[in-house]
Amino acid sequence: MAYDLIGKNFTPPDVRAKVTGKAKYAEDFRVDGMVFCRLLLSTIPHAKIKRIDVSKALAMEGVLGVLLPEDLVPLEDPLMPPVLTDEPKYIGEPIAAIAAVNETVAEDALEKIEIEYEPLPFVIDPLESLYPGGPAARTEGNVGNRANIELQTLHWTEEDFASVERGSMPKGKPAVEWSAGDLDAGFANAAYVVEETFVTGSNPHHSMEPRTAMAYWQNGKCHVYGSTQSQSMIVLGLAQYLGIEPADVVYVAEYCGGGFGSKATPYPIMAVPGLMSKKIGRPVMMRISRSEEYFLGSARHCLQGSVKLGFNADGRIAAADIYCLQANGPYFGFPDFLNSAQTLGACYSPLATRFRGVPVLTNTPPAGAQRGPGQNQFACILEPIMDRAAEELGLDRLAIRMINAPSDSTLLDARQSPMTSAYLADALQMAAAEFDWDNRKLRSRQRRGSKVTGIGIGSAMHTGGFYGFDGLVRILPDGKLYIHTGVGNLGTYSYAATSRIAAEILKYDWDDCVIVRGDSRKHLPWNSIQAGSNTSYTQSRTNYVAAMDAVAKLKEIAALDLGGAPDDYEIDGRRVFRRSNAAVGLSYGEAAQRAIDLAGKFSGQEGPEDVNALTKLALGGIAGTGLVGVAKDSADVGGMVATFTTGFIEIELDIETGRHEIKDYFAVCDAGTVIHPEVLAAQINSGAVMGFGMACTERAIYDPQNGLPGNTRLIQTRPPSGLDVPPSMTAFGVDKPDPSNPVGVKGMGEPPMGAGASALLSAISDALGGHVFNRTPVTPDMIVNAANGRLQSNGPLSVFTA
Amino acid sequence: MSDIPTKGASPQYFDAAGEGSGLANKRASRRQFIKGVIASGTAISTAGLVFGGLGGCSADSPPVNVGGVERLLSLNVNGQIRRVDVLPQETLAMTIRYKLGLTGTKLGCDRGECGACTILVDGVPTYSCSMLTQSVRGRSITTIEGLEGQDGRLHPVQQAFIDELGPQCGFCTPGQIMSAVALLETNPNPTREQARVALSGNLCRCGAYDNYINGVMAAVGRV
Repeated sequence: MAYDLIGKNFTPPDVRAKVTGKAKYAEDFRVDGMVFCRLLLSTIPHAKIKRIDVSKALAMEGVLGVLLPEDLVPLEDPLMPPVLTDEPKYIGEPIAAIAAVNETVAEDALEKIEIEYEPLPFVIDPLESLYPGGPAARTEGNVGNRANIELQTLHWTEEDFASVERGSMPKGKPAVEWSAGDLDAGFANAAYVVEETFVTGSNPHHSMEPRTAMAYWQNGKCHVYGSTQSQSMIVLGLAQYLGIEPADVVYVAEYCGGGFGSKATPYPIMAVPGLMSKKIGRPVMMRISRSEEYFLGSARHCLQGSVKLGFNADGRIAAADIYCLQANGPYFGFPDFLNSAQTLGACYSPLATRFRGVPVLTNTPPAGAQRGPGQNQFACILEPIMDRAAEELGLDRLAIRMINAPSDSTLLDARQSPMTSAYLADALQMAAAEFDWDNRKLRSRQRRGSKVTGIGIGSAMHTGGFYGFDGLVRILPDGKLYIHTGVGNLGTYSYAATSRIAAEILKYDWDDCVIVRGDSRKHLPWNSIQAGSNTSYTQSRTNYVAAMDAVAKLKEIAALDLGGAPDDYEIDGRRVFRRSNAAVGLSYGEAAQRAIDLAGKFSGQEGPEDVNALTKLALGGIAGTGLVGVAKDSADVGGMVATFTTGFIEIELDIETGRHEIKDYFAVCDAGTVIHPEVLAAQINSGAVMGFGMACTERAIYDPQNGLPGNTRLIQTRPPSGLDVPPSMTAFGVDKPDPSNPVGVKGMGEPPMGAGASALLSAISDALGGHVFNRTPVTPDMIVNAANGRLQSNGPLSVFTA
Repeated sequence: MSDIPTKGASPQYFDAAGEGSGLANKRASRRQFIKGVIASGTAISTAGLVFGGLGGCSADSPPVNVGGVERLLSLNVNGQIRRVDVLPQETLAMTIRYKLGLTGTKLGCDRGECGACTILVDGVPTYSCSMLTQSVRGRSITTIEGLEGQDGRLHPVQQAFIDELGPQCGFCTPGQIMSAVALLETNPNPTREQARVALSGNLCRCGAYDNYINGVMAAVGRV
């Protein structure tokens, strides 16, 4: 389908402010009378606070107030992380906050707080907690997760642990279990069966902007300037933490300096300035330091598990059996462990699958969703195993991926959902052609001195869209289109690309469109979180339904004023006019004025019943200002929206130093119709860069004896620099429309990271003659050990290791 | 794979610039910074960001200036002489952001690791989180706000970063641009590899390195 705007590059409206320094992030706001606060963080991994005395701190000159757990609204869900706690469950958990005229005074005052802890048992390694009588991370239990897994106690038997001696994953009673297909028959008839025990590292999100927030109260409303990926979705949770109604929260998040999943939903610490400000009657700025980010800034979940695969002689996976534990942190975490089976299912569509798993609570800082949570860890484990299977079966490594690629009949997860579209096979073929697979694979394992060439392939998936949110657009008497978006701005420009769908439907020039966003006072609709690779899909749907509603109203107004039926009218060139006589019509500006005169549904005084309360609030704010298009995107999409990326890589591995150099990287994604080619390529490439760090350099370390973190600086868990990436990278999209989206687009943000990471690990394994590490990150010392046939320093089940 | 380079560790960049050690000597070393802090009697807190100054933030500061004694300095920032009260232990990043209101310079780590706070001191890219304000008296400071022309015309590097869609989240962007501007002023015709090295002290967690380097190369010849 030919579009005027969709599929074309454009300059997103917020880029200029980013290159001039005018873009305002949370720490860039100033208000008269603003003071600072600092946090008292727990120094031990699990304890009850027996006594806390803040009197000496409060008596200090310049100290304005203290916030304690007793000041907070109690939370009903014990798995929900609190703002402050009197039972700290990890080192670095906030216990109290002090406000002062400046940070030095606040910091000095923290030193004056007298605190007495009663230490409690703690646990870092998930398996340790499952032993009979093993330590529990919480006094109430040792297992739980936000995926409807209630806080509970689970221990395995001594016999369950017998396999640990052999370095193999024990498999006791799971907290979650599902299966599909005939597993036993699949394994019984398999030509090749492989079973591996694996551990994936946790790595910090490393958002460049720490999660700073500033807040003050005005006219009974709490104004919060925060750092979040999302906009409208933040308001509800933030209101809950503040103990007020959502209508009493003013939330500003025009820019977000990186989130990668860690700022998708409201996080407890962002409520501190608002709560403190209420208490002391002054605006409060809370700056979070880089070191504190390692406690408060989230990280990817560490997984511990096993995967058993049975292959038919042609390479088709007949049976897959996954057991997966996750170090959940002490609160609800994210269901990464469940998503391991999802990525296997989507990329390799096994004929039979069983999944078992346990989210084990640990006294490590709360982990959460990070770009491809679960899917990307598992891709890193899976791809080198697929390479080994290809070698064992005498198959080409691309061929084994093609024969297992998903089709229309592939079903995912416990619910066995179909996918709305899955063009991974196309992506593999396109990337292979661009990479020149047939010739380049001949370079695999060629050695020059200490340097060995490695060739790798990696694929990853994620869900790629939601539905059920609201769209809101306005045409004002100035004739311009105002597209209200509450999704957020995490830096991918998808808020802008999806706004262009409304412009496309209403046949606007892009120059005549204004995107309204970034501040809840601007009357923003109920929109999705900006996360989960969903924005492009979800927001294109909401903007589509709102624009269609506006088109219908334009035609209705024309018919009312100029006679005939709405269907007699057509739109173009910012006019609504008769099909039979284009001279008879109204300009959009005139129609907007008529909408104001007619009022009611035309101008937002009345709206659809099924839209969210937040959208109704927004409608109330703009009623009577122009022609309003508003609707809920309620159509069921008939399956899971899935998005894929596959990456092909060539590296040179120095087997004496363990260092690698990436020579070339090609990646192709299946994200449906490409709506913004330049951004699509940037996301694929930059996601891979993040993946290179996950694969080889980034990991969180915790000392099992004391629960201490081993990394509180960037250099200690290093994200890739510009010198770690190939000199140039190539990326594009399959560009086949998804049938369930009005313009055929799907989201795409997460799989590029998993593709980059797993392709790199596939190439490292290739350079080492097919050695499978079953662990991330793969560090230089592990490579040197493998190249020399030495044992690794970490056991197969060790977690949070250096 | 290399460790995060500090600003002083980009030899290729200096060779390309043809400036040799004269330019390098102008650079703030970490040792000088730490010596300065010790001389001021203030230890670096493990908490990272700790700021004692009040100016510009609090309309009703208490009469006693808790947290240290400020001293009035004249700074040359973006071609203007700015008079500002500065604490002995105050970093340039804090002065710029909190007292001069120039918030385009970002603080990502406050420890000389990420490069988000990169500014130019006498044309040399410098981590402003790791330089004491007291040490830049009489020197010329340029921040991201100083690049735009008075007529609102963008610096060619800024324009090229828009054209090549350099920024994603945008938080590291001002620092990347300052490093790029310094490169092109000393080496107007760098290779792509030289550009990579020149910007290697600026971390981008979004991973947009490819687009940023495209931006630098697009600016070549426009400066």
